[in-house]
Parts: sequence; C-alpha cells; structure tokens
Amino acid sequence: MDAITIAVQLLNGVQYGLVLFLVASGLTLVFGILGVINLAHGAFYMLGAYLAWWIASYTGSFALALLGALSISFVLGLLLEEVFVKRMIGRDHLAQVLLSFGLILVIDEARQILFGKDVHSVTPPEWLNGSIQLTAILSYPVYRLALCLVCILLAALIFYVIQRTRLGMIIRAGAENRNMTRALGIPFDTVNRFVFAGGIALAALGGMLVAPISTVFPGMGDGMLILSFVVVVLGGIGSVTGAALGALMIGLTDTFGKVFFPQVSSILIYVLMAGVLLWRPNGLMGKAP
Amino acid sequence: MNRSLTQPTNLALGLVLILLIALPFFAPNYYVQFASKAMLMGMLALSLNLVVGFGGLVSLCHAAFFGLAGYMLGFQSPESAGASLWLSLPVALLVVAAVAAVIGTLSLRTRGIYFIMVTLAFGEMLFYFFHDTKIGGGSDGLYIYFKPEIALFGQTLIDLDNSRSFYLLVLASLVMTAGLIRGLVNSPFGHALQAARDNERRALSLGFPVFRLRLMAFILSAMIAGLAGYFSAAQFGFVAPQMLGWHLSATVLVMVVLGGMSSILGPIVGAFALIGLEEVLKSAFEHWKLIKGLIIIALVFALPGGLQQLTRLVLPKSEGPHTGKDSDNQPVEADHAANLGSLSDPMTGLIQPPMTSANAKGLQHV
Repeated sequence: MDAITIAVQLLNGVQYGLVLFLVASGLTLVFGILGVINLAHGAFYMLGAYLAWWIASYTGSFALALLGALSISFVLGLLLEEVFVKRMIGRDHLAQVLLSFGLILVIDEARQILFGKDVHSVTPPEWLNGSIQLTAILSYPVYRLALCLVCILLAALIFYVIQRTRLGMIIRAGAENRNMTRALGIPFDTVNRFVFAGGIALAALGGMLVAPISTVFPGMGDGMLILSFVVVVLGGIGSVTGAALGALMIGLTDTFGKVFFPQVSSILIYVLMAGVLLWRPNGLMGKAP
Repeated sequence: MNRSLTQPTNLALGLVLILLIALPFFAPNYYVQFASKAMLMGMLALSLNLVVGFGGLVSLCHAAFFGLAGYMLGFQSPESAGASLWLSLPVALLVVAAVAAVIGTLSLRTRGIYFIMVTLAFGEMLFYFFHDTKIGGGSDGLYIYFKPEIALFGQTLIDLDNSRSFYLLVLASLVMTAGLIRGLVNSPFGHALQAARDNERRALSLGFPVFRLRLMAFILSAMIAGLAGYFSAAQFGFVAPQMLGWHLSATVLVMVVLGGMSSILGPIVGAFALIGLEEVLKSAFEHWKLIKGLIIIALVFALPGGLQQLTRLVLPKSEGPHTGKDSDNQPVEADHAANLGSLSDPMTGLIQPPMTSANAKGLQHV
C-alpha cells in the first residue's frame, strides 16, 4: 500500500463523510429543534435520488434535476410538517416512531408506483465527467472532487446560518429551550416548518449528489438512515459540529475498514459507536439531559 | 393477582382459549399454519411490550433477537436430521441472552431518542453481520431441512412436522409466556420496572437499581423474542437476514400499540389484527403497503390507545381483552393529566420542559 493509494482512500473517506454530514445534519437539526425523531429521513434520501434520476432522464440536465428535485423535496417537507409532523411535537417518541414508519411505507410504495423498483444510474454533467490522472495507473474522478467541494461549501453555509444569522440564533435558542423561545414571542412554528423542510431537503440533496457515483436503488434509504443515526449518536443530538465530527469519523472508519479489515468492515462503525457510548453516552458534543 | 380481572373477562378468556385449542381439529391446514404464525408474532409482540409498555423503553432491535435465535437453530440443524430441541433451544436462547446483555448494557446508558437510535443501530449491526458475511449463507439465508426433534430416550414425544402438534406446542408456549409476563409485571420486579418508567428520578431516589432492572427486563424480553424466532424458523424451515431487519421491529411495535401497551394480552390481539389485516390487504391490493402505511399513520392520530380505545368508545363500560391495571388505562384522560402535570415535578417542585418530563414519564399513555 503506497502513499498514493492511501491518499485516494483518504479522499474517498472524507468525501463519504461529507455526504453523511449533509444527510445527518438535517436529521440532527430536526431532532434538536423539533424534538421529533424522523425514521423517514432515509426515505427522503432515496426519494431525492429517484427524483434526480427521473428529472435528468427527461431533461437530460443534471443541474435541472438538482434544482427540480430539491424544490420538490422542500415543498414536500413543508407539506408533511403542516399535515403530520406539527402534531407530533411534544408527543412521545413512540408515536413519532410509528408515524415515520408509516411514512416510510407510504413513500416506498409511492416510489414503486411512480418510478418502479429498477436500479438506475445518473450521468454527471459533461464537464465533471472526467478523471484526474494521479499516477500511471491511478486516477480520481473529477465528480468526486466536485462533490467534496459542494459539500464543504454547503457545510460552511449551514455553519454560517446557524452561528452568524438571526435565523441561526433562533434555531440555537430553540434547541436550547423550546418553551422559553416561544415565550419570548419568536414565531417558532414557522421556524419549525422551515427547519423540517430544510432537513428533508438536505437528505434528498445527499441522495441526488450521490446518485452519479453510486446507483439509485430502492433500499438505499435504509442504509443511509442507520448511518445517519450512528453519526447523530456519535456527535450528540442537535449538534451540527458533532454531526460533522461523527460523519467524518464514520466515513474514514468505513473506508479504511474496507481496505484493511474487509471481513469485519460492516461491524466496525458499530464498534466505534459502542466505544463512544461507553465513553460519552450523550455523544461527543452532546449535553447531559 | 389482578383484582380488576372480573368474572366475565375470565370467562371470555377461557372461551377464547378453548376455541384456540379446538381450532386445529376443525380448521383447514392453511388456517392452522396461519394461526401458528400469528401466535408467534403475538409472542414477539408480547416480549417487546415488556420493554416498551412496562419498561417505557422503545426498543427497535427485537427483530434482531428474533432472527438471531432462528439462525442459531439453523446452525445447529444437521443436513440430514432435525436438531434436538432439548439442546438447540437452550443454546439459541443463551446466545440471544448474551447478545442482549451486551446490547442492553450499552444502549441502556442512553435515554429517549438516543435509546431508539442505538437499539436500531445495534439491531442493524446484526442484520448486516448475517447479510454481509458468509456465516449464515449471506443474503440468501439458510435452509433448515428438518424440524427440531422433541424426543426422550429415542422416543419422539411431539412430532413438529405435524402442523397440528406444532400449533398446539406454539399455543402452549404462548400461554406460558403470557403467564410468565403477567407474573413478572405483578411481581415486585414488575412494579419497580413500572415505577422507573413513570418517574426514573423518583425510583432512583427510592433506591431501586433502575439500570439493573431494565437490563434484566431487556434480556428476558429478548429471550422470549428468541423463543418466538426459534419456532418461527422451525415453522418455515428457512432463515434470512430480513428476519433481523428493523422493519420487522417497527411492525411489531405497531402490533403492540394497536393491541394496547398497558395490557398483557393486548399485543397478542394486536398481532392477530395486524397480520389478519395484512393478509386481507395483500389479497385485495397490489400496493397494499401504501394502505398499511396510511393505516399506521391513522392509528397514531386517531387511535393512540389502540383497539382497546375503540372498544371503550363503543362500549364505555366494557372490559376489553386486557388484564392490566385499569387506572392506567385511560389514554385520553392520562394525556390531559400529562399535559397539566408535566410542567412541574411533584417530587422536586422543579419546573421542567414537557419533553424531558414526557421522557421520564415513559410511554404509558400512547
């Protein structure tokens, strides 16, 4: 194993971690601010990928696919918040688990009706479709690099919004103390709605961005849901910094696990989670309840 | 024992039991097998309710224990004969208990949303373990060609190939597990477990070893789930990773809520209702899962107390098929009480946000 291979794997791990962060940050924000556990998060990741494939196959444009799928997911998020999730705030977790499980079944079946259950692939735009030659035999796809860049920009945007804007201040205050924030006259219900829709959109965006480098298949949401859960458990509920940390840890552990311990690679991230639970049961960045 | 168990309920339970015993002697084989399957799901729901209903812990990894026991039977079954039940069942249950002890020790360090996510993650770890490695045949699963043998001194006692004997054995196991859980719930152990569900801080300050109580309940319930999984694998002669997947865990959770979590037998009713419903939907609609999903969503909003709530709406004074404490059995009133009482903790007088209070109170009034 030479330095170049390790560098390529490192890049893969970071890229994987960045996508995980995108999806998990949406999940952790919805947990932290609405106090709602959303098992259907992975289903939106899958839906985003299918929407992108569907729009791309009609228009032939990846940019249009991104834009269209993103808008559809955001509007869907707003609608779901208004109809279902709003009524789940403050109810116990069991009701939230059941509601989101019901949503998964509905979304899965709707996807089956609309798009079928075939496996698809999405072609990235022409100018991102090449590879960079690293050595005589090794090359790295440009799209993966672009993906890293987009994820880093999005992560920076998320951090900027949360740390530096008034909306972010409200979000942080809401995560800290929901009732107090509401008592201060903040239009919290509107904030809730946009946070939920934003979280859904982030999950869907993760699915769209990954579509060109993996395949689009029905079960893709389930795996992502579990991984995002592990990320949130590692990082601590409601902490976007924690989600970033957890996502990079999982991305690197999984990538290098597959290289060095292919036999047990699928177990490694859970061992990592178990270790963190023993050390800090509320996650790396989580506060004690 | 339970004083609220009134005479008519006893009578009704006895009648149902007699009907269930008689069923294989007049019903066609298909229905006997279907009822066996439903009873095994009922046993799984029963086990989950010990943790969810009486422990206030929403576990999403019980299917993993169910499937793990199934795989354990698969591993112990020789190619050309059945495994001996006397050996293979205890081994399967012990393995499940050991795994549950590890998962429980780790997950019970967490609360609320964390507990749900951690149990889900560990359950999926077992799923991927059997899915990705060759140990259990990977994603193809494992065939169990011969049903386990129940023999004494070379003499077969119960022939499990006979679907009637199999049904009766499953029924007997279900009745015994229900009795065991009822005894547990009404024992000092069960009372302490429910006290910890209702107010963890109070239970701790009264000196209850809350962590150990919960861990014991978790392991016991995993073993009962394993018993159901063992028989399930024996019935179908096949185990696959899907048996361990979290979709099954969530479906069983639906059964528990549908049947009513505050009662002991409710989950069994929920299992029969949901499995029956699925069977009807499957035969009537191509996209039956869409309807199943919508029904689950409707259940959450319209019938949070499950079918018991429905019977109470129709017959305000009637006794449903439950044996739990009636005082805890009014989800609508309890909800109001929770909303009013959630702002201050009677023990400490501290004002706390409703969410943490809802966590501490557990899930008794879903």
